Amino acid sequence: MGYILSAILVMALVTYLPRVLPLTLFTGKLASPFWQSFLAYVPYAVLGAMTFPGIFYATESLPSALLGTLTAVIAAYSKQSLLTVALCAVAAAAIGNLLF
Amino acid sequence: MALSHEIKTEFRQGLKDGTPIALGYFAVSAAFGILAAGIGLSPSIAMLISVTNLTSAGQFAGLTLIGGGSSLLEIGVTVLIINLRYLLMSLSLSQRLAPSVKFYQRFIMAHGITDEIFTVASLKEGAVSFGYMLGLMLLPIGGWSLGTYLGAAVTNLLPFFLQDALGIALYGMFIALLIPAIRQSAAILVVVVIAIALSCLFFYCPLFAHLSSGAAIIICTVISAGLGALIFPKEE
Repeated sequence: MGYILSAILVMALVTYLPRVLPLTLFTGKLASPFWQSFLAYVPYAVLGAMTFPGIFYATESLPSALLGTLTAVIAAYSKQSLLTVALCAVAAAAIGNLLF
Repeated sequence: MALSHEIKTEFRQGLKDGTPIALGYFAVSAAFGILAAGIGLSPSIAMLISVTNLTSAGQFAGLTLIGGGSSLLEIGVTVLIINLRYLLMSLSLSQRLAPSVKFYQRFIMAHGITDEIFTVASLKEGAVSFGYMLGLMLLPIGGWSLGTYLGAAVTNLLPFFLQDALGIALYGMFIALLIPAIRQSAAILVVVVIAIALSCLFFYCPLFAHLSSGAAIIICTVISAGLGALIFPKEE
């Protein structure tokens, strides 16, 4: 049990450090326009890389994932809220799972 | 009390934006709980990992290493490498914080930096306040912890077709964040397309099969955001 608790402590520490260090060390605005634009683009880059191709394998079968993806795209284009888009995708994927 | 009213509004907006994240986390963390029970951990210990770590890839890797009885050093180094991408996100978020955020509050907000919470907070209009971030973190932390506990305690809670379909909830939310952003700015569209192309290359090309998902996200992000900053500087 001592080993498991120590391992959890180590894991928590090396997960918290990269999260807390930049946020507490950089309390001002960076001067360089390059770094400012770079950091402003980071969330969009992370989002793109996280979503594709991962979304195609988010469910058991490719057809149900594709149905969920298509539904999410349509719902997002119709300017639905985050929760609505997510729920529409889940509903479409669930229907896909029953159909295919 | 205009100020406290504003904090309440921000907190509520955070809770609302965090709901789809919590839903998606519930499904993923149930899988983590099942695996944790599989290597003999109790539901409470599994939940302790989720509350203190609040990350997916790092926890799954750590769990595998614990199951194999690896040394603490090996666990620390592996999990740290997987989590290095948070350096980039934390730095990016440091530039978006509202001036009202107090120094000690940064230590609390830092714990909430996950891929999903970070992107939602960053893509919100205007600066990120403490109240918003706290509201945004709360439900996902609850969903992640509760899902882990239930996954470890009761393996099959939902019918399979529904349990499986919940896996797409987070991605649905990502699509809802991506589409308005790429419609609004050509620069963002270019950054996103480059990131997706690289991500697909790393996923499908056998040459990159050994690349972990954490490392792949770092490389995709640095290259696409770097190119974006070179080609379209100073875009907000």
